[in-house]
Amino acid sequence: MNLLSLFGKRGESASVAKNRLQILLAHERADDGSDAVLISSLREDILAVVAKRVAIDPDSVRLEMDRTGDVTTLGIDIELPSARAS
Amino acid sequence: MSNATVVVVTSGKGGVGKTTTTAAIASALAKEGYQVCAIDFDVGLRNLDLIMGAERRVVFDLVNVVRGEASIKQALVRDKKLNNLYLLPASQTRDKDALTEEGVASVISELRMYFDWVICDSPAGIERGATLAMRHADEAIIVSNPEVSSVRDCDRIIGLLDAKTKIAEDGGRMPKHLMITRYDTERAKTGDMLATDDVVDILSVPLIGVVPESKDVLKASNVGLPITLSDENSPAAKAYTEAVRRLLGENIPVTIPEEKRSLLGKFFKGRAA
Repeated sequence: MNLLSLFGKRGESASVAKNRLQILLAHERADDGSDAVLISSLREDILAVVAKRVAIDPDSVRLEMDRTGDVTTLGIDIELPSARAS
Repeated sequence: MSNATVVVVTSGKGGVGKTTTTAAIASALAKEGYQVCAIDFDVGLRNLDLIMGAERRVVFDLVNVVRGEASIKQALVRDKKLNNLYLLPASQTRDKDALTEEGVASVISELRMYFDWVICDSPAGIERGATLAMRHADEAIIVSNPEVSSVRDCDRIIGLLDAKTKIAEDGGRMPKHLMITRYDTERAKTGDMLATDDVVDILSVPLIGVVPESKDVLKASNVGLPITLSDENSPAAKAYTEAVRRLLGENIPVTIPEEKRSLLGKFFKGRAA
């Protein structure tokens, strides 16, 4: 509870809106489609490396990009078949 | 012979007030004595004629002119009240490719000879109609509501203004003005609505005017009069008139005209609405 709330309800949605827009637009302005190309080629490379050792379904490699503030994280999620099945 | 300034009124998002703004600015400029032409680029969804109260006098349209079926002078519709204000209506054709790049270029260059100001009302979106409307502009008025999707779309449009226009291709930079419409001072004050400074911060475009949410805008469109002609004392009309003075180069601070409210009205604010 902040001090302002003593003087009636002060909404905070406008500052949330401003924040979201600033983060989004910073990325949209820089985005020339290269992110999508990067993700798709990374996915292919990772799939090839893993497939050398383990037989996997191409659809089981998932790449996700998450942008928070100035940091972009890349998440790689590979579902391996159970030992018995291979 | 004049050499007009061509202004595009654009936003990306629909329903934010491009047509209202075009009509209001064109009429306010005409009231100042300039020769003004407003062009509706929204082919297939013509509406500027309705807002300006000229719908019953439209014979030829922009597409007829582009195709050489009518001359510009035949297609221009003169305003009922101001004889130095003209409208070049959009066509109601469903043919999306009715406007050609060369056709629009020649229409604009001819209009430049007859008028002081040519105001282009852009359709929503970022397709052909919108890019053709901005193509030959000398200046742009970007219309935004204080709302996330509208601001985001304006950012896209700013990108197009800096890439797809004649000025940009010739290595210049399109002068831009931000018009915030449907603004509610009270809600901005309580933090429930993006404030003008927030929008200016995000888009980095200088403010030319802030039009408050006003019931007068709907009333004006009901009767087919631009808000700057229908009710000069309306806060919205004042905001547009002020914006036009800035467009003309006057250096005046941006104010947000407000509805006149009696003391009692202030007291009961919120309950009556």
